[in-house]
Amino acid sequence: MNQETNQEQKSFWEKLLAIDRRIIFLFIIVAVALPLFFRVSMRIPVTPVAEGTYGAIESLPAGSKVLASFDYDPGSMPELQPMAEAFFRHAFRNDLKVIIMGLWPQGPLQANIALEEVFQDEDLKAKNLQYGIDYVNLGFTAGNEVVIDRMGHSFEESYPKDGQGTPLSEIPLMRGVRNYDNVDLIFNLSAGYPGTQEWVQYAVDVFHVKLAAGNTAVQAPAMYPYVQTGQLSGVLGGMKGGAEYETLLGIPGRAVRYMFSQAVAHAVICLFIIIGNLAFFSMRKRRKA
Amino acid sequence: MSGEVVGVWIGAILTLGIFSFLYKDNPFYKFSEALFVGVSAGYWFVVTFWQYFLPKLIDNLALAYTVLSVEGKIDYHWVYVLGGGLGVLMLLRLFPSVGWLSRWSLAFIVGTTAGLQFTRYLESNGIIQVKGTILPLIVGGNLNTTIGNLVIVVGTFCGLIYFFFSKEHKGAFGGAARVGVWFLMITFGALFGYTVMSRMSLLIGRMDYLFSNWLHLIG
Amino acid sequence: MRREVPLVLTAMVGLTMIVSHFIPPFNILNDLFEDWFFIIAAFAIYLGVLNLLRVNADKIYKKQADAPFGLVVILGFLVITIPGLFFSGGRSFSDPGTPFYYLYIHVYYPLSATMFALLAFFVASASYRAFRARNVEATMLLVAAFILMLGRVPIGDWMTAWLPEGYRLGEWADWIMDFPQTAGQKAIMIGIALGVVSSALRVILGLERAYMGGE
Repeated sequence: MNQETNQEQKSFWEKLLAIDRRIIFLFIIVAVALPLFFRVSMRIPVTPVAEGTYGAIESLPAGSKVLASFDYDPGSMPELQPMAEAFFRHAFRNDLKVIIMGLWPQGPLQANIALEEVFQDEDLKAKNLQYGIDYVNLGFTAGNEVVIDRMGHSFEESYPKDGQGTPLSEIPLMRGVRNYDNVDLIFNLSAGYPGTQEWVQYAVDVFHVKLAAGNTAVQAPAMYPYVQTGQLSGVLGGMKGGAEYETLLGIPGRAVRYMFSQAVAHAVICLFIIIGNLAFFSMRKRRKA
Repeated sequence: MSGEVVGVWIGAILTLGIFSFLYKDNPFYKFSEALFVGVSAGYWFVVTFWQYFLPKLIDNLALAYTVLSVEGKIDYHWVYVLGGGLGVLMLLRLFPSVGWLSRWSLAFIVGTTAGLQFTRYLESNGIIQVKGTILPLIVGGNLNTTIGNLVIVVGTFCGLIYFFFSKEHKGAFGGAARVGVWFLMITFGALFGYTVMSRMSLLIGRMDYLFSNWLHLIG
Repeated sequence: MRREVPLVLTAMVGLTMIVSHFIPPFNILNDLFEDWFFIIAAFAIYLGVLNLLRVNADKIYKKQADAPFGLVVILGFLVITIPGLFFSGGRSFSDPGTPFYYLYIHVYYPLSATMFALLAFFVASASYRAFRARNVEATMLLVAAFILMLGRVPIGDWMTAWLPEGYRLGEWADWIMDFPQTAGQKAIMIGIALGVVSSALRVILGLERAYMGGE
């Protein structure tokens, strides 16, 4: 009898481990999709590295100039676009001047999409922000890290004109901005190469400018050594980083809304790992017995 | 139907085409996959033309030609002919008999990369990181910092020992290498956690696209 | 010619790039070489594209089983290339409103984003089938991943709300990221830096010739 039960249990674990992968996929679809239909308010824990990025921007006095490099494409939108929107809200709320650029062809366009979104805010509408005075979009220039290097000598060498074709000398915001000496902070949103690592290597360590960043979750852990040495003020990691930024800013947006989905999906993956290991140990124990 | 609506429908159908692979390999997925390959190649072809080929090569040569035809002078920009020439050599790889000439272009790429990375990696990822690891191991009155510093110093040192393969990992050296492996395992565990986070975020983005932009089920 | 020219070229260019870091007047050569670099890189991309088209044209010509998909590859290439080169306003080809941008947003982006999103399912499946605490090392990896996955989302703190503040899962995740993870990353980073520096030197000095195809 005992042996029979044993046999049945063994087959139960084996069966459980051998379930069709499509059932696992179905669980993931439900775990991700279903929570999107609910508005659940969750407390977002804030990490010290996210506070570092937020603090670097928050500490700038009004009128400071921030060079914002958008080094990503729509493929990373779910992770980085909420950060871009939060950054613009933060910068304009604190009356900072923003110089937008991109080392990825689609980066400056992503910035425009984010600007369009934040300009719907009533408080920003009231500020009547002007292109060329409060912000400027220099566009994209090919050259990867070489662009960063050359901008250390002169912005005009890499960007003789802005994205709309106006010479930099004719843009009020760019008057007196020759190189990194004339900006107070670089803010970089990065999805890979060229990105935050290149900004550290070619701008921070050569021209001693301050850098804060937001990265996709895949590359964020690799940035921690730069934060530890002070080469980087802070890093926002993935969609969660965006949610942290929105929380710090007190303006919950898309990233905070998505966090419920993210949390349920993580819980399901953890559950899978637990079940998989229980089955593994149970089968191993029986094999040894 | 506006162009935008048609676009969202195309995007949604292609999204479902890729997702259909989750059920099993099928012609709908194969079509979407082949389209992705072709469109990606086309995307990079266009971007490369407008962002690299035109401004770096054609514009410089046009400038040189203009100076020559207007002022009758040989301008510095003619040196870009050499850059273009090296580029053309790269294409010779398609022809086996003269394919070896593409090594010249490859040598140029390898040399430039080696030279650029030599100084930047040495300083940013080497020297500054080593300097940042030289930390006090006892910080009076602050147990958290003391433990943190100890973990960073021991973890980095032992991790580096693990990467040192010129000596057999035995005895004290082997013990340190083993500790290094533990730290690396924690690092890979963290990386795995962050990778899951990243992939789930992308999936959330696609689901939101289907339910919000396409089906308008979420406000 | 087959061996000597590439070796001399690599050494000359590599040394110029290094010297220009220390002696500013060399920056002129540095800038020129960087421009050439991008021109050659552009041709390298074209080489890849031409090869892809050739392989797929071959499939169609030989009427292989997957020839229809080879045709889709070529048509996909033309569908975005023709508007991108001729009908999207030249250099401002990627501005919103151009046909290229339209195709990018509604064709390329959904395909590319979904391809990457697909990985979420395979990560989940792999977690279930292969992520096992077989030994000490694998257990450490698994525990770190577990803490990070739960600690980085609000659910982790919610599960450990009964613990005093400062000891909840979110804070464990912070500690792992800030200390052991950073230490491991630093070891990898320094290791890679040493590897890059030594490889660069070997390449420049002509000791490393693998890039020439083993000759």
